[in-house]
Amino acid sequence: MTAVADETPRARTLALEVPDWPGHRAGQHVDIRLTAEDGYRAERAYSLASAPGEPPAITVERLEDGEVSPYLVDVVREGDVFEVRGPVGGYFVWGPESGGPLLLVAGGSGVVPLRSMLRHRRLSGSDVPARLVYSSRTLEDVIYRDELAVSEPGLEVVVTLTRDRPAGWTGRTGRVGAELLAEVAWPAADAPLAFVCGPTSFVEAVAAGLVELGYDPARVKTERFGATGGR
Amino acid sequence: MEPLDGNALAGLLRDVFGAETTGAATVCGHCGARSVVAESVVYVGGPGAVARCRSCRGLLAVFVEVRGVTCVDLRGLERLGD
Repeated sequence: MTAVADETPRARTLALEVPDWPGHRAGQHVDIRLTAEDGYRAERAYSLASAPGEPPAITVERLEDGEVSPYLVDVVREGDVFEVRGPVGGYFVWGPESGGPLLLVAGGSGVVPLRSMLRHRRLSGSDVPARLVYSSRTLEDVIYRDELAVSEPGLEVVVTLTRDRPAGWTGRTGRVGAELLAEVAWPAADAPLAFVCGPTSFVEAVAAGLVELGYDPARVKTERFGATGGR
Repeated sequence: MEPLDGNALAGLLRDVFGAETTGAATVCGHCGARSVVAESVVYVGGPGAVARCRSCRGLLAVFVEVRGVTCVDLRGLERLGD
């Protein structure tokens, strides 16, 4: 682990230096395995936050009852070493050749692999139109807040807050439901490509909502991280 | 325990099959549903990992690691890959 950056009070990004790293695709993840002194092992998957061509980095959000995330968010320091398997995954990946228009829908830290896709889009000079719909409990919990606030040609970012409405907040509030999707998702007639990542129940609801809007189920790619940890 | 999905098996499957497998097509041996590995309903954290069909919740695959050897049971899959 070579560098740490705080993203929110509960999340931080860890830059990794992995020997013989073969490069990765946007949306892939790594498995991180920690071994305690007594031999007990715990393994979790974490999405890569960096774009292809950039050094591997993961963003980890602390789960209060987690086995691995509290260590990665609160304890690990620059220079520490742990076991990494990856990059892995080939289903939930996007590249400019995948086309679009691109609809990215994130619940909480599900934004991490989608951020890799957006960085890849920008760094590769892709002109695929993209929209990110990002549901976060509070404004404080919005990961990559500054980066997402920078306007980019062809990219729209819609943040919706589900738990509170801070003073001066003019953005959206409430869950990503049928109403919001009908308003901000690309029309099904444009044959959009959607990536949905977040807690299991969030992903189920959004994916069903998109299919309801006429999206081709084969072009709605999903990744669920449950409530038990990971990503 | 809230389930994950087949994406979470990517590392394990790569070790078992030597190739990326989450995008591979599946046919459920119980209900015949066609899908991909990534869309299966996955439970991890027990002594192994279990993948179930998203349509009928039938058992597709079980992976258990015993003393460094991964035991693989794919009996619930009628087909894996194209």
